[in-house]
Amino acid sequence: MYSASDLRKNLKIQIEGDPYVVTDFQFVKPGKGQALYRCKLKNMVTGSQFERTFRSVDSFEPANLQEKHMQYLYKEGDQYCFMDTENYEQVYLTSDQVGDASNFLIDNIEAEILFFGSDALGVTLPNFVDLTVTQADPWVKGDTAAGNSKPITVETGYTLNVPSFIEEGEKIRIDTRTGEYSTRVKE
Amino acid sequence: MDERWLLARRKDNLQTRATMIQAIRQFFISRDYLEVETPIRVPTQAPEAHIDPLTSEGWFLHTSPELCMKRLLAAGYSRIFQFARCFRAGERGNLHINEFTLLEWYHTGIDYKEMMEECEDLLIHLAELLCYGKIIHYQGKDIALERPWERISVRDAFERYSPLTMEEALEQERFDEIMVSHIEPRLGFDTPTFLYDYPASLAALARLKKEDPTVAERFEIYMGGLELANAFSELTDVDEQRARFDREQEHRKKMGKLPYPEPDKFLAALPHMPEASGIALGVDRLAMIFTDSSTIDDVVTFTPEML
Repeated sequence: MYSASDLRKNLKIQIEGDPYVVTDFQFVKPGKGQALYRCKLKNMVTGSQFERTFRSVDSFEPANLQEKHMQYLYKEGDQYCFMDTENYEQVYLTSDQVGDASNFLIDNIEAEILFFGSDALGVTLPNFVDLTVTQADPWVKGDTAAGNSKPITVETGYTLNVPSFIEEGEKIRIDTRTGEYSTRVKE
Repeated sequence: MDERWLLARRKDNLQTRATMIQAIRQFFISRDYLEVETPIRVPTQAPEAHIDPLTSEGWFLHTSPELCMKRLLAAGYSRIFQFARCFRAGERGNLHINEFTLLEWYHTGIDYKEMMEECEDLLIHLAELLCYGKIIHYQGKDIALERPWERISVRDAFERYSPLTMEEALEQERFDEIMVSHIEPRLGFDTPTFLYDYPASLAALARLKKEDPTVAERFEIYMGGLELANAFSELTDVDEQRARFDREQEHRKKMGKLPYPEPDKFLAALPHMPEASGIALGVDRLAMIFTDSSTIDDVVTFTPEML
């Protein structure tokens, strides 16, 4: 059982038998009033979305999902293909189901595929992935202020802000839960 | 995220915060206020239904310095202010952090309407120092500090923005929910807004209004939809205060929360406390306004998650 204080982005809960993922989450508390948890929820089967405000006394069942360890193979049109490396079975996810994870999918990356019964619904990536920087403005010598940042592009086409000392061709570690730069990877 | 990079990026915000705090100090000292520091670790505090403390060796880390500051008023201190590090269990979000800073000040001989004017003075003073003008740019909106700021009663705000009246919302136990979904997001965009006269049932330490005892003399300040401060004309009637504490304790028990020890020393001092108005302003939230930050994380050095 989850309580309202467990709610956070990407938590998967069950409501009236259906699995839902929390797509947006906000803790709110009006002056001296009770704690409220405003959520945007997405039905993981139908894709329909709605907003609901929960109170601290509310509780939920975890969504009844199974995870299977699989490998990403390729993208074809709107379909992402994953393969079970033990029995070579393949499943397809739509770009909507893959969501932000598409920013970090590189060939052969291993991930957890979520199943509700026999339906594949989504993918959970490792918390950190290492990607190569494919486009970055050169580091201006003398730009030593530790807090300076610049936008760069990585091999998947995803762009993000990183410290200004990062250069083209380097590998960086990205937190897939937030999409933010974590650290430089020295090979 | 790389910690050194993240902290370095916060430096401008922390600089603005520090300047703001110095300017606040200067404002109150120039108005003859005494800066005080009351203990953070206390044996009890004002029972409030929805504020939960962290414990420390059988005592509590205070959720606000209110009771100790009022005991100073009762002893003859007439104008006092404090920057107090406060702690509240379970409060964490874009606008909340368990350990935060309250600016609390008390002024004897004035009521909540006069306190509103003092708030206008303070914010105008800060903006002139920090923004060099009377306009604050926050999250894409320009908020003008030119007097007078918008003043709207809670009852009128429900009439204007909510599908239910204030009374209906209270009856259906939907007051807080409508407040956050329909009302707060509309407040404090042209000028800051004073939302005032809260239902009597939601005013733990505020005096009821003489002309309309269904409401209490309490206000909150909103800027850009963000709640900044809570103020009262302080309740000085000890019997009424004791009855309200009992009610809040009862409420806590019903929700399965531990009641506090009765704040005896505060109640003993209360008959000596003169008429006064007091206010608690969230320093972190005000720093968010002056740095145009959307989350409280951007205006503190370390969040609990980073420790």
